[in-house]
Amino acid sequence: MERLTYVLRRLFARRVVLVAALLLLAVVALAIFFPLFSGVDPNAISVMDRLKAPSADHWAGTDELGRDLAMRIVWGGRYSIMIGIATALFSVIAGTTLGLLAGFFRRLDGPIMRVVDAMMSFPDILLGISLVSILGASLWNVVFALAIVYTPRVARVVRASTLVIRELLFVDAARALGVSTPRVLYAHILPNLFSPVLVQLTFIFAYAILAEAGLSFLGVGVPPEIPTWGTMISSSLQYADRAFWTILFPGVAIILTALSLQIVGDGVRDMLDPKLRKSA
Amino acid sequence: MLRFILARLGGTVAVLALVAVMVFALTRLASGDPIAVLLGDQASVEDIAQARAQYGLDEPLPTQFGYWIREVLRGNLGQSIFLQRPVTQALAERTEPTFFLALFAVSIAALIGVPCGLIAAVWRGRAADQVFSAVAMLGASVPSFWMGLVLIQIFAVGLGWFPASGYGNPGVSLPERLHHLVLPAIVLGVLNSALIIRFTRASVLDILNEDYVRTARSKGLSERAVILGHVLRNALVPIVTVVGLTLALMIGGAVVTETVFNLPGVGNLVVRAVLRRDYPVIQGALLVIAGIYVLINLAIDLIYMLVDPRIRV
Repeated sequence: MERLTYVLRRLFARRVVLVAALLLLAVVALAIFFPLFSGVDPNAISVMDRLKAPSADHWAGTDELGRDLAMRIVWGGRYSIMIGIATALFSVIAGTTLGLLAGFFRRLDGPIMRVVDAMMSFPDILLGISLVSILGASLWNVVFALAIVYTPRVARVVRASTLVIRELLFVDAARALGVSTPRVLYAHILPNLFSPVLVQLTFIFAYAILAEAGLSFLGVGVPPEIPTWGTMISSSLQYADRAFWTILFPGVAIILTALSLQIVGDGVRDMLDPKLRKSA
Repeated sequence: MLRFILARLGGTVAVLALVAVMVFALTRLASGDPIAVLLGDQASVEDIAQARAQYGLDEPLPTQFGYWIREVLRGNLGQSIFLQRPVTQALAERTEPTFFLALFAVSIAALIGVPCGLIAAVWRGRAADQVFSAVAMLGASVPSFWMGLVLIQIFAVGLGWFPASGYGNPGVSLPERLHHLVLPAIVLGVLNSALIIRFTRASVLDILNEDYVRTARSKGLSERAVILGHVLRNALVPIVTVVGLTLALMIGGAVVTETVFNLPGVGNLVVRAVLRRDYPVIQGALLVIAGIYVLINLAIDLIYMLVDPRIRV
């Protein structure tokens, strides 16, 4: 507990990181709790209120079906954030496994990293649309496709860290004491990968939210009836000239969330990297 | 030296082979049947069977793969199912807008990224550093299509300075073409400058700690001469790499930007092919795009080996 407060105090020593973390907390809390308590249906259609500009009644205006945009942004945050977290978790789990195996077992290194290289030679969004088009457009398929896209990135980082850690003295000591290989991996190497993986997690969280919006825009994302920030923008595209707020505000929500995530990730990295700490 | 080059070439061939297998597997795992889509609801079972045989879709998968690879190595990427012409021709027709867009955008990205990154590193921790680092992070947080829509709204719909979409009518002059590319190039360039800012800053910071920088300073060189003559020159190697890779990624990664601005480029071709399940086009485009990326990577490594003796060791 003492250690945790110490870590948090160090992390939030930079005011920006604190602000970003609070903003992120607010976005997540709103997305989780607000729909539970508000009792308003975000899909309630009101033809009289079509494409109303932002006003006191509708802070962010209304969309082409007269739905309150501010409400829908909060509601859409649920899905966008869920997609971001799920994608980040899946790619971190798969990427850590692959990177750990490649970094620890010499013989697996070549084959695994060649596959990783091959996957990384496709541009992210191109691989994403190809995978979604094959799997079919659904919420979980988008998560699955994006997880495949970001797994190689994690694998590379984890492999590089594993290569360093496996040469350290405590790993030699554990082996000399007769600790089994799986246990060396699990109990001695894995815990030391925590910080680089955590940094990757926050970045992939941000990228996945952006990528989901991009896929929806291209028409190969989450089905339009699920309100994510991406589908909100793409379903209002044809009204862009008349009602630009329908595109502006969901975009701002994406930017603020992605930016906060990256600031927090960057803060964690700065704090953990002794080289950067000295020079700061 | 030769052994290194051979090993690197071997690795490249392995990666290219894996890319080919992935591209093939990717399109064959798909559930939709392009023949059914092509022929529509009215087609009889015999018609479909005949069309499948015509496109070789009734053979076992390994046979199809062998056949495909043989043709690819001969420079034949097959026939588009919907465009009624060879995939290589369809790709070639779409290359020009993508190429100019990538070149234009990477110049913008480098012109923003390198000076900002350099200044951020030299004045580390001061206001300029914090502003540029924040800008870099902001750049990585903005969806490209959203920025495109905002720019269209302001500069095309509002001010009317630039066309909102397209690449001009066939046969218009190059300046007219470039005029169409200004807004998309700004979107791609500004957003991709984020990576270049970060990378330049990190490379320059590394080099600022080198002994020879201290030597240069202690022999009385002006700070300007130290930064431009010693630091930037040595940081250029990693910076050129990241600029080169950015260019390589833009060739296939401009999908979203090309779609926002309705540019008839390679990315746009792929999106349409994906929506219509036009396998040969998807396959061919993915293969060419990934291949270009792998080869640019290889070229960068080989050039370094020739230029920088340290890398050979």
